[in-house]
Parts: sequence; C-alpha cells; structure tokens
Amino acid sequence: MSLIIDGRIQRGECAFDLQEEIFPGEVVAVVGPNGSGKSTLLSVVSGLLRLAGGSLSLDGRCLDSSVDGVYVSPEDRNVGMMFQSLHLVGQLTVVDNVGLALRARGSSRNDARVVAQQHLDAVGAAHLAHRKASELSGGEAQRVALARAIATRPVVLLLDEPLSAIDAESKEPLRAVLEGVLSSFSGIALLVTHDLVDVESLASRSIRLGS
Amino acid sequence: MKHTAKSLSLVAVIAVAVIGVPIVGLFVRVPWTRMVELWSNDTASQALLITLQTSLIATALCIVLGVPLAWAMSNMSPRVRTFTRAIVTVPVVLPPVVGGIALLSALGRKGVFGGLLSSVGISLPFTQTAVVLSQLFVAMPFLVLAVEGQFRTMDRGVIDAARVMGFGPFRTFAHVVLPMTKAPIIAGAILAWARAVGEFGASITFAGSLRGKTQTLPMAVYELLERDWELAMGLSVVMILFAVAVIFGLRSQLLNSGNA
Repeated sequence: MSLIIDGRIQRGECAFDLQEEIFPGEVVAVVGPNGSGKSTLLSVVSGLLRLAGGSLSLDGRCLDSSVDGVYVSPEDRNVGMMFQSLHLVGQLTVVDNVGLALRARGSSRNDARVVAQQHLDAVGAAHLAHRKASELSGGEAQRVALARAIATRPVVLLLDEPLSAIDAESKEPLRAVLEGVLSSFSGIALLVTHDLVDVESLASRSIRLGS
Repeated sequence: MKHTAKSLSLVAVIAVAVIGVPIVGLFVRVPWTRMVELWSNDTASQALLITLQTSLIATALCIVLGVPLAWAMSNMSPRVRTFTRAIVTVPVVLPPVVGGIALLSALGRKGVFGGLLSSVGISLPFTQTAVVLSQLFVAMPFLVLAVEGQFRTMDRGVIDAARVMGFGPFRTFAHVVLPMTKAPIIAGAILAWARAVGEFGASITFAGSLRGKTQTLPMAVYELLERDWELAMGLSVVMILFAVAVIFGLRSQLLNSGNA
C-alpha cells in the first residue's frame, strides 16, 4: 500500500531520475529551486504528464510504465490536486466548484452540493458557498481549491504551493486549516513548497529536487 | 495635440454620419401610420414567419456544429488551425451571392452532390432547407470565430484540473468548458442569428424568392420596393429595430462575461 515512483521525469529542459516510495499517512514536502521539477513531479503523479522512463504504481497497481506501455489517464486515478494557479471555474458558485469534483465521480447535482458544503465547512469557507468563484480573494479561493481537492476523498493528495500568492495575514489561518486537513488525511500527500515553515509544520519528511 | 484631436473628432463625426444619416433618413420618411398594414400584408407577415423559422433553425445548427468545431480548432496545432480558420473565414469575406452559386454548384440539381441527393429523392434548391443552408453558410463563421478565440484564451489549466477531478474529455467539455464560455457562445449565436436574418444574396441564389415558401424579410423588402415603396420602408424599420435589439442582447451577454 504505497506510491512507488521509479523513473525519469522530464518536461522541457528539466529532467531527473527519481526513486521514492511514499506510504499512506505520510506528508512529503517537495522542495527545491525554481525549475527543479517540483510541479512536474505532481503532474506525473496526477497523470497529466507521462513518465519519460521507468514506472509509477499505487497500491500495487501500475499507473504509468514506459516499459509495458501502461498509462492510466488522470480521470481514472483517484487523485486530488490543488494547483498553484488554483484553476477554479470563475463562472460557477463556490459550492458548484467543489461539487464538480464529486459530479466527476458520479454524484448527482444535489448530492454533490450537500457533500461540497461539508468540505467547505471543513476549510472554513462555508459562508462563501453561494459566491461566484471569480469574486473571491486570493485566500478565499485557496480554501475553495483545497476543499475541491479533498472532496472526493482521494488516495493521493497533491498540493502545489498551497500557501503561495496570499498575503502574510491570511497565511497563518490557512496554514492552520491545511494542518487540520492533513492531520485527518489518511492517504498519501505531496506538498510542493518554498517555505521552510511549511515543511516543518506540515510535512513528515521531504524530497529535495535539483540539488 | 488639441488641434490633432479636433480634426480627428471631425473625421469621427463624418464616420458616424455615414452610418447614421441613412438610418435617420429612413426613420424620417417612413409612413408610421401605415406600419400597422404590415401585419395584414401577406408578403410581410409570411416573410416574417419564414425568416423566424429558417433563421432559428440555422442558428441552432450553427451552435450544434459550430461550437464543437470551435473547440476542435482551439485544440489544433497552430498550422492546422490557421488552415481551418482560413476555410471558415471564407464566407465572411465572400460576396453572399457567390456563396449561393457555390451552394448551387455543390447541392443543386446539376451540382456535384445533386445527383446523389436526387437519387434518394431529395432536391434542395428553392426549398426552405436551401434557405437554412444558405443562412448556415454565411452565419456559422461568425459564431465559430467568436467562440474559438474564447476557447483559446480561457484558463486552460481548468481543463487539466477537470481531468484530475475525474472528467473524461467529453464530460470536461460539457461540465467545465461550456459553463466557462456560455456568455460568449450566446453572444456568438446572437451574432450568427442576426446574420442569418439579414441573409439575402446566398438565399436568393440558392433558394429563390418564392413568396410564402422561401421569401425571407430581406427578399420581401426587395420585392416590395417595386410594388409599395412605403411598405418596404416600414419593413426596413422593423429590421432596424431588430438589429438594435440584437445589439442590446449582445451587450448584456458581453457584460455578463466581463468582456465589455
């Protein structure tokens, strides 16, 4: 029961080999300078990018293997992801943005709204439910994106700089929310960050890229 | 600077006058008292009905065919997209009558596919289907070009996010891309509808101007010119009011999408 990466990760100029095994309950910080491939690693785990070599497996199931030609597309992996640029649907309400992830996994519109509301509660964004996503502040949008990432109870949670691009004032409350979410999360979490405070307060160990 | 600005404003006034004077002229000359006659006039009322029928069907087809085409174009490699866009743009720059002749040469009785069609008992020229096809031909590019741009400039990262959430490519389009681009699609459809309503050259060539069958409003105006000049003006005013309504409809759509 683990995520095993043993392969070559490559996008553009950035290329590196990685061998890691990550177990449920671990929160692994991915650190390293800009351009070292932190986000690229998350893309490989989510399935948005294929490995350039080697293989990736989750719970013994092969997700990507250049040798066997296996490739499980993103929609068929049970992964939750919070993107650095969030990528909320500005035209939809907050509750429907979170609900999207549930609808993708087969929930009806109404069921999705009910469950989405619970997840919004969990990140302290319940009051935002009926606002349009385009009207949110940076910190608010980040809470909503976090709620969306955890809404389907994924096996793997990928967080790409979840505390970046917000002012120092909203950073601490959001870090507390993230701490709460991660402590009750029983799956595998990867956390890309630049901030050593994040590594110390949120992660159980770290992977350094580009050294 | 001020001097330049003044001479530029003069040019601007002339430019507005070029468009405004004919319209003002029409509104001054139109016999308002005879406007009610339009309702009882067979030519006008039949043309209105046919125009609504054909243009709405053409607009629906524009959406059903044009939106997927625009989506496909937004995902093409730049070279293929440039080529496809060139084809799609042809009806915009082509004299509509040439479009009508092209439609005739492809789908007319002696056209390239005319034999095939008539072998299964279909004859298109001088039917309402021909009117719809003519309108589709001239109107669809407006929708496709408007929507394709939106598809390319939208936050494409949302598509990645949707994939990770669990949407396959088709459901990503339905659940994520369409809600994000609803306003520009409606705006494009309004534009295409306006173009379809005003269609004259291609339809009159391919479908003819058969009263009660293929004669749309612009053709009716043209026919009335010879019989009843005043009513022709009346009908023109109706079409101008329609155009104004379209502009307001577009404006509210663009405001919705935050582009105005």
